[in-house]
Amino acid sequence: MSTASTDLSRRADLDALRPQLYRVARVQPELADTSTLELEPPSGSRPAFEAGQFNMLYAFGVGEIAVSISGATDAPGFIHTVRNVGAVSAALAKLEVGATVGLRGPYGSAWPLAAARGADVLFVAGGLGLAPLRPAIYAVLANRAHYGRVIILVGSRNPASLLYADELARWQERLDLDLRLTVDHADAAWHSHVGVVPALIRRVAFDASDAVAMVCGPELMMRFTVNALREAGVEPERIYLSLERNMKCAVGLCGHCQFGPAFICKDGPVMRFDRIAQILAVREI
Amino acid sequence: MRPPPVDQTTVLISCEGLQALIDALISRDYEMFGPTVRDGAIIYDAIARVADLPTGWTDQQEAGRYRLQRRDDEAVFGFAVGPHSWKRFLHPPVERLWSMRRGEDGVTISDPARRNRNYAFFGVRACELHAIAIQDRILRDGPYPDTAYATRRRDAFIVAVNCAQAGGTCFCVSMQTGPKASGGFDLSLTELVERDRHDFLVEVGSRAGAALLEQIPCRPATAADRSYADRIIARTASRMGRTLDTDGIKELLQSNPDHPRWDEVAERCLSCGNCTMVCPTCFCTTVEDHGDLTGNCAERVRKWDSCFTLDFSYLHGGSVRSSARSRYRQWMTHKLASWINQFGSSGCVGCGRCITWCPTGIDITQEAAAIRAAPSAGKGEKHGGS
Amino acid sequence: MEGLELILAKHPFFAGLAVEHRQLVAGCARNHRYDAGEYLCREGGAANEFFLIRHGQVALEISAPGRPPVVFATLDEGEIVGASWLVPPYRWLHDARAATLTRAIGIDAACLRGKCEADHDLGYDMMKRFLPVLVQRLHATQLQILDVYGKH
Repeated sequence: MSTASTDLSRRADLDALRPQLYRVARVQPELADTSTLELEPPSGSRPAFEAGQFNMLYAFGVGEIAVSISGATDAPGFIHTVRNVGAVSAALAKLEVGATVGLRGPYGSAWPLAAARGADVLFVAGGLGLAPLRPAIYAVLANRAHYGRVIILVGSRNPASLLYADELARWQERLDLDLRLTVDHADAAWHSHVGVVPALIRRVAFDASDAVAMVCGPELMMRFTVNALREAGVEPERIYLSLERNMKCAVGLCGHCQFGPAFICKDGPVMRFDRIAQILAVREI
Repeated sequence: MRPPPVDQTTVLISCEGLQALIDALISRDYEMFGPTVRDGAIIYDAIARVADLPTGWTDQQEAGRYRLQRRDDEAVFGFAVGPHSWKRFLHPPVERLWSMRRGEDGVTISDPARRNRNYAFFGVRACELHAIAIQDRILRDGPYPDTAYATRRRDAFIVAVNCAQAGGTCFCVSMQTGPKASGGFDLSLTELVERDRHDFLVEVGSRAGAALLEQIPCRPATAADRSYADRIIARTASRMGRTLDTDGIKELLQSNPDHPRWDEVAERCLSCGNCTMVCPTCFCTTVEDHGDLTGNCAERVRKWDSCFTLDFSYLHGGSVRSSARSRYRQWMTHKLASWINQFGSSGCVGCGRCITWCPTGIDITQEAAAIRAAPSAGKGEKHGGS
Repeated sequence: MEGLELILAKHPFFAGLAVEHRQLVAGCARNHRYDAGEYLCREGGAANEFFLIRHGQVALEISAPGRPPVVFATLDEGEIVGASWLVPPYRWLHDARAATLTRAIGIDAACLRGKCEADHDLGYDMMKRFLPVLVQRLHATQLQILDVYGKH
């Protein structure tokens, strides 16, 4: 199985099970149950990361969860968007500037930014799935000339739950990308699409024979998005998903995140669709 | 596995020599563990004398059954393997990873004190040597080594034993992991017991083993001794309790995730996780984060976990593998198939523990054979009645 | 070709329609224009027509007392509004509101049903066109019900 292209050799001597102590530099509320933390390293600069990777964030005395990095690869700190869905995320969401957070990482595989050069790029995000895609979107927009058409499709439950709404509004104004938003249901004040994300794919113009798609969201949404991408003619070897499983150690030692023969922590979370097509179709795998 | 034995000459030691071997290791401050009888089973625990070993005992093992029985000779190692494996020392069931303290000067983190005595393992079987090597690949040789494991492993002294008695559920021959220990030990013993002699043929497996052997009274082994040892081992190989056809087993299991056999075994499987506890290669763990009432102290503890628990695959409010069927399939497919993708070898060493210690007697070799006998079973009728 | 036939020929929903069938359909067609906020149809009303959207966006809504209408789907250029005309009692099951200025072709339901009864080849062709749209809508609705973005 292929693994992350990040150079691991200089990290191997650190004990991977021991968190580094980071400081909360900024807290940005996003939605009712979601906020973004900016974490700065204890000293010096933070380790480099690639778009698509994640860190394990530890709330003192409560526990650890895997959270994708959702800031730019050249931002000074690690930026994480956390949704309050359990004990650990609730504790992280309550943190104030100056608090200490344990951090292990970065881990995992990255979005295929180099492989997508020269092709049309589709980013398809569902719900909180926009957070792990954002560093890749930043990277593509920062090197816009290296890519063909750029299409960003974002699905959410309703207009109030759209993540990074201000940023989406700014992207919508750009002439060098096609951004479409859709929600499951809305009221008349909403002027964009209502419906599921896969339905947007046949509405946008792109060259399916030379396109790379990066998809992130609930697994159900990703499965049907892949169907729509394939119906549109995108090759299975050029569709990438970001998967999730129960994560404990994040370094391939605890066995929890297995997905068939793959470890999501090191063979994922970003995985190429053709390599997992069969496994994805098996229930309870 | 370590390189082949350093010194090809073999020697014989007596039962007194065996005690001298134990004494020599203890005098070098090793913490000695070996087989001993406790609670109706042969388990691994601290030993100091040959008298602690299960001399004159053997085990009767079948699916879901384990009984000790007296032998009619005084063989010291006349049994197979019990519920313990060496992973309980090298990859302990409970281990504190670190503790944290929050104070006026911020948060500090500290590592637990490392043990200062090294392990000596007495009576390690060939299948167990392979199991240790398999866990080495996972826990020590990956991009993120478990440093505590690596240290314990490096400093451990291993005295292996070649099996003279095949267990009722053993299939090391099918898995090519025994019965002869071919490497990965410091010294290995083959017990030669007849009416008028009781010796141990000793093979050296490392420089440390050779150095220790110099302290032990021994005499040269003859060609007759060596060939007797070979015959004993060959006899063991011919009396395996089970076989497992490993030909194409990875493709067989990975292409049959919906085989009806999984439903059938699910009716018998209690998801008790015994198999994962006794398996010498199962390595899965979980972590518990503890805080105290002051909110200023925290620690993380790692514990053995089992893919048979409902919580193992918990995600977003539910378990990915919520049925017993999916969990049994996960364990067996991982052990015999996915392991090969992940680590380049099978995860099974053919020790038979999972068969013996399953309360309902589920037999991994039988399950594999059932799937092999009818791959893609249950596809149903064709339309149009043809 | 008449103006309406030309429009039908270019509309994606009728791509590949045989010339004689296109003429039959055009015989039931007329132009519509809706300003933003105008309704194409109302729940419970007679489903006398279905619509092919030429330009603009139409929001499908359902009303319930005590809350503003919920939009559960938006349809754009090239898409179809209305399937209730196919199935008795031929009544609309939702509202359809023009979200923007919308130009559409309305096809008279009774007219087309009559022609399909008389020409089964036409009828079968219409079914083959409508069924994929319905299946897609049903599938999308299933996903929407599952509330995949909700907390679990």
